[in-house]
Amino acid sequence: MTEPVIRVVGLGKSYETAAGLFPALKGVDLEVRPGEFIAIMGPSGSGKSTFMNLLGCLDTPTSGDYFLAGQNVAHMDKDALAVLRNRTLGFVFQGFNLLPRMSLQDNVALPLVYSGADKETRRAAAREMLDKVGLGKYADSLPSRISGGQQQRVAIARALVNKPHLILADEPTGNLDSHTSEEIMTLFSELNREGITVVLVTHEPDIATHARRQVRFLDGHIVSDHLTEAAPA
Amino acid sequence: MMLKAMLGEAWLAMGANRLRTALTMLGMVIGVGAVVIMMAIGQGAQYAVQQTISTMGSNLFIVLSGSFTAAGVRSGSAGGPTLNVADGEAIAELEGVVNVAPTHQGRRQLVYGSQNWSANVVGTTPPYLEARAWTIASGAAFGDSDVRSATRVALLGKTTAQNLFGDEDPVGKTMRIQQNPFIVIGVLGSKGQNLDGNDQDDTVIIPLSTAQRKVFGTPFLGSVRMIMVQAESADSMQRTMDNVTSLLRQRHRLREGVPDDFFMRNLSAAAESEAETTRTMSILLGAIASISLLVGGIGIMNIMLVSVTERTREIGIRMAIGARQKDILTQFLLEAVMISFAGCLLGLVLGLGVALAINAFTGMVIVISGSAALVAFAVAATVGIFFGWYPARKAARLDPIEALRYQ
Repeated sequence: MTEPVIRVVGLGKSYETAAGLFPALKGVDLEVRPGEFIAIMGPSGSGKSTFMNLLGCLDTPTSGDYFLAGQNVAHMDKDALAVLRNRTLGFVFQGFNLLPRMSLQDNVALPLVYSGADKETRRAAAREMLDKVGLGKYADSLPSRISGGQQQRVAIARALVNKPHLILADEPTGNLDSHTSEEIMTLFSELNREGITVVLVTHEPDIATHARRQVRFLDGHIVSDHLTEAAPA
Repeated sequence: MMLKAMLGEAWLAMGANRLRTALTMLGMVIGVGAVVIMMAIGQGAQYAVQQTISTMGSNLFIVLSGSFTAAGVRSGSAGGPTLNVADGEAIAELEGVVNVAPTHQGRRQLVYGSQNWSANVVGTTPPYLEARAWTIASGAAFGDSDVRSATRVALLGKTTAQNLFGDEDPVGKTMRIQQNPFIVIGVLGSKGQNLDGNDQDDTVIIPLSTAQRKVFGTPFLGSVRMIMVQAESADSMQRTMDNVTSLLRQRHRLREGVPDDFFMRNLSAAAESEAETTRTMSILLGAIASISLLVGGIGIMNIMLVSVTERTREIGIRMAIGARQKDILTQFLLEAVMISFAGCLLGLVLGLGVALAINAFTGMVIVISGSAALVAFAVAATVGIFFGWYPARKAARLDPIEALRYQ
């Protein structure tokens, strides 16, 4: 049996609010095996975004353990988490989050700057990833010159540039029309076929059907976890 | 994260809001410019005073003969015949004394051909020239033998020579001081004004013995009004003065309780206080200029704080894709340092330009030293790091999720 990419045990997260301690996540267990394509669903406030931030090493849990590629990251410090975000996983946001003053190529190359790659390596890797998402010819354009769908492709290229085995996407199609959403989902499916594990959050059932496993959150718990019948081959 | 990539990013960020960057830089430009100008002026003033002091001769003091009272009328200092040449010779034997020159001076009328001129006539011995650091521009100085045989030779100061001889070469010519003919054997190098504004070049130097016998006259043979003494160093000045006092008291057989029959004046004291004044002025100017540098630094901090707030989302994105706290800190610190360095460079150029313009238009002495520029540069870098640190740390400590949510 292969080592799970993600193993979460009793993961909990509470926030300090004016009304007292608010538990957003109440002891979640989940295992994700290499090569899986999982959609996390649930209404707003169900804890799925909190869960995603924890998976993405953007936040630390208040209880439980999180093993990423076998390493327990629940108690790591900020800088160690930054290194994990940089090398071990790629994160795709709903709002694309590209830096507006930088060319697409520089945006894609940015994670490599933080991992210390030299200029030539950065340039070559960024070009390769832009070509992969079909935007090589816009390498020197600014993000404002291209459409939202194209921006999301650039963001995916950026997430892939350090060759992680895991891509996390938080509502990646939330700001896109249905046609473009379809294209982005096709891209995720292709990446998944190449062996990259994909975990994405969505509240749209249509989008979730692209995944091969659906996990549903409600009130900080996982309420259902099943394989999708309509999963593409 | 590599420095080169970071410098590029800092450059981009500076270029993103050019007006703001320029205004921020202006604070540093003015601060550094002010420091450079003030230091150039301050050091110029110090240099000018030092020049004047060095023309007077250093570590000098004079011993004046005491006053006397005749029929109830008291003479001033150097009025009585209490010092003599032998006193001078005894002082010369003391430890720490470099030069001793008994002198006798007064204003007398000089005549050459149809010209006449009143100048300060100084009768003295050869060590006088050394003590006062006089140089000989042309001709030669007189020696001890001239003093012994009271020859009628004279050294002219530049002003005197010009007024009496015009364009003629005075060396070898004969002039008269109070009917007595003197052969001019040399012309002294120029010294300019002393601290009181008197022209030091308006002088004639002749052997002491000649001066006493032919020009001034003396109450007793060998008595002098004044002995100039040069001490070894500024530090030994006071000790030497004390030694001279006890030596003279002993030679003049003064009992305990009897007041000194001579006076002593420290010639360097006035010069030193002048030097102290300019030094203080120079420090004051520097301090005032430093305040503007400080204000410039605060300007940088202000803008960097605004910049961090404006770019919160960018910071969040950078953190999300793997920037460590150190990377964000370095990025913002580098921006602050680059702004302050660029401002410093411009300030140096501006300061030098203004200092040179002041020199060209007012003739004020300015001194531009490499160390002043270096200090300004070091201070600017320090200011950049110091005032950039807080905003940079604020940026580095942001929570990635909060930062990403910031609109």
